[in-house]
Amino acid sequence: MSIYTYETKKDTRSGFGAGMEFLSLTNPKVVALCADLIGSLKLEPFIKNCPERFFQTGIAEANMIGIAAGLSIGGYIPFATTFANFGTGRVYDQIRQSVAYSGKNVKIACSHAGLTLGEDGATHQILEDIGLMKMLPGMVVINPCDYNQTKAATIAVANYNGPVYLRFGRPVVPVFTPEDQEFVIGKAIKLIEGSDVSIFATGHLVWESILAADILKENGVHAEVINIHTIKPLDTQAILDSVKKTKCLVSAEEHQINGGLGDSIAQYLATSMPFPQEFVGVNDSFGESGKPADLMDKYGLNAASIVEKALKAISRK
Amino acid sequence: MQTQELISIASQVRRDILRMVHGCQSGHPGGSLGCTDLLVSLYFDAMNLKLNATNDQVVFNMSGLNEDVFFLSNGHISPVLYSVLARRGYFPINELSTFRKINSRLQGHPTPHEHLEGIRIASGSLGQGLSVAIGVAQAKKLNDDSSIVYCLMGDGEQNEGQVWEAAMYAPHHKADNLIAFIDVNGQQIDGPTEKIMNNRDLQLKYEAFGWKVLHVDGHDMAGLQSCLANAKQMLGNDIPVMILMKTEMGAGVDFMMGSHKWHGVAPNDQQLEEALSQLSETLGDY
Repeated sequence: MSIYTYETKKDTRSGFGAGMEFLSLTNPKVVALCADLIGSLKLEPFIKNCPERFFQTGIAEANMIGIAAGLSIGGYIPFATTFANFGTGRVYDQIRQSVAYSGKNVKIACSHAGLTLGEDGATHQILEDIGLMKMLPGMVVINPCDYNQTKAATIAVANYNGPVYLRFGRPVVPVFTPEDQEFVIGKAIKLIEGSDVSIFATGHLVWESILAADILKENGVHAEVINIHTIKPLDTQAILDSVKKTKCLVSAEEHQINGGLGDSIAQYLATSMPFPQEFVGVNDSFGESGKPADLMDKYGLNAASIVEKALKAISRK
Repeated sequence: MQTQELISIASQVRRDILRMVHGCQSGHPGGSLGCTDLLVSLYFDAMNLKLNATNDQVVFNMSGLNEDVFFLSNGHISPVLYSVLARRGYFPINELSTFRKINSRLQGHPTPHEHLEGIRIASGSLGQGLSVAIGVAQAKKLNDDSSIVYCLMGDGEQNEGQVWEAAMYAPHHKADNLIAFIDVNGQQIDGPTEKIMNNRDLQLKYEAFGWKVLHVDGHDMAGLQSCLANAKQMLGNDIPVMILMKTEMGAGVDFMMGSHKWHGVAPNDQQLEEALSQLSETLGDY
């Protein structure tokens, strides 16, 4: 049996909404912007509590990023919100020039990242956003794993001065992290101690990694599971400490392999301490319509894939 | 400030622009010369800037709280902004000689990345400045700050879709502490705007979006002063103000006027000499 259990499943975007509700009452400098997706971003409580600090931009994401940059100049902490595809790829140049290069304290907070928004299909399923955002100098990139962690991350990024990309999703997933766990940007969290293989996961793939570790354990393999909620800055010490012990690793993410978390880890280890690495992620393809669980199975973003890749990594030691 | 004094400063700013682009043999003199009179009238007359109480020198604060702020959206005319900022006292005038050179704070296009006093946002990739200016205007309202936000765009820049997202947003959100300008010089890189992408009637367009639209001759200093005074009077009524400013690229230098040839071309030694001979050195060259 796993050391991790859960009582409820919730969507990470609701964790964001809860974090924003908390900030509406506790931080008068926090403002929110949304491009016609209030319900999807769970912003109703924030708007109810402080309507004067909410800015509806309509379906105009480029303008939203610029308005957010302007509000940050005036001393506010803007959260620019929409779907991950429209909040990153669609407005890359606006984020690059008006936010990142200008060093603005703007939080780009996006729901519906990855495949798990499901039926809307590839036009709405961005799998490149981590890569796009982590390439921008100075940009912090965070992908929390459950409701509690997303709420904590939302509150934490408001207290951090600088541009942040906060990525979360639509499906309900197990709520297993402690409600009161402090979120420290850039500090990985070891979930399961192990000695045979390291599994570094982010976002929705963290729970799948716990399930994978359980399966591996039944087969006598002791996997270490580490939640890399912050892709940038990467907790390289946590990664190094783990792979020194296990001598092989798997990265797992709901994102393209190219440009994602695994890519960051590989780049780091290649120049410090290389070990056999396997990648769980989408392999250079777009998504498609379907139920989230079916999509995750089809694209190999589940516990079974992590188990398979873990065994492969071990065999390459 | 007296109109004549402003005209005198503008002459020096035009000399600075020419010498800056000549010094690095790159940059955009045409639009810079065209917008010189506006920027001088703003920074030396119309704008209420934060001053040090003891010596009356300008003080730069990123937030721009309780002072008027200006955003240059068409960042390629950085020479005029840099010259005006330096002449107004934001940073040493001698620093103008570093424009576009290695290790300079005066990048080809303005950026706060190099911590240059007076610059609050990067611009260069077109179409973004109006959005930023509106955001600052809204922050001022949240802060109960009654000062004004100014923003200058190019007429070629009106091709960018984001401009129209911002144009729609500002009146909807009652950004009535905002005065924007379009530098209507009728030129863009590939030729006359009429041929490249016709803006047609900008007054009709902005009025349809809910703006109050004014017109001004961008080279009539007294006219600029009265237009800005008039525009300020119109603020506070839920409606942002757009000023369509007719200018001539290369204004002040006869052989640079009347075409888009000098959009992004630096003068050679002889051309510089000829151009400078048409402009009095009123404040001393850097």
